[in-house]
Amino acid sequence: MNPAVNESENKLQTYTFEVEGGNFNAAGTVSTRIKSILKQMQMPDDVVRRSAIVCYEAEINIVSYAKRGTIHLTVSPDKVIIEADDEGQGIPDINLAMQQGYSTANQQIREMGFGAGMGLFNIKSYSDKFDILSEVEKGTFLRIIIERHIS
Amino acid sequence: MKLSEVKEILNADVIVGEDKLDIEVKTAFGADLMSDVLAFAKAGSMLLTGLTNTQVVRIANVLDIAAIILVRGKKPPAEAISMAKDLHIPILTTKYILFETAGRLYAKGIVGCLEKVESGSERI
Repeated sequence: MNPAVNESENKLQTYTFEVEGGNFNAAGTVSTRIKSILKQMQMPDDVVRRSAIVCYEAEINIVSYAKRGTIHLTVSPDKVIIEADDEGQGIPDINLAMQQGYSTANQQIREMGFGAGMGLFNIKSYSDKFDILSEVEKGTFLRIIIERHIS
Repeated sequence: MKLSEVKEILNADVIVGEDKLDIEVKTAFGADLMSDVLAFAKAGSMLLTGLTNTQVVRIANVLDIAAIILVRGKKPPAEAISMAKDLHIPILTTKYILFETAGRLYAKGIVGCLEKVESGSERI
């Protein structure tokens, strides 16, 4: 195998972004950044788009339900990994929270057009692999993997 | 059709993107529920909505929306306008209500970016 190719296959790029709870004006900035990073790396359009959507949903969740959080982006030639880790209220019943239409959003969130109970469902449907861990009063951790499908 | 034709059909004012009126648009999605926009709107479509906050612009960017068409005469706040300029997303505003806006565009050949959802679980 060509050693140059091998080297690029092992190459991982990682980025970390802070997200502030309650700051709706800044919500979405990480997603915009991730989108431009992935575009610059010449990832395929569908990978860029799906990554931006899941990151946006994760950001909105942190802003809506947590004090603070971080989003980690890991990019390898064949996949994108997005991990969202927050210090927040946590989710008592993950199965219920994953259902379409279930939401605990308050009025402020709803007035902005969110809180329809589509967030986690959307994240799952746009991901190739989706893991969620949550502890009430501690926080929530999401790991989303988006694969680059070789066509 | 070109975005300039959309402007004519809707008798719309251009708030951002006077220089982008020659882009081609074929499809649209209309909703005030941003959660549904994220679930169903497709890249390259126009977004017809009555919501004007900055998150609408963010979502348009995330989804590669071709243009935001604000209905019911809505005017976006200054922060949304400057964000749309930075992200190069055209914003038009029309006095027509959402139903009329969609109907007038449909009559001239613009179609939905999807026709209907399948068991509520449509994706990309």
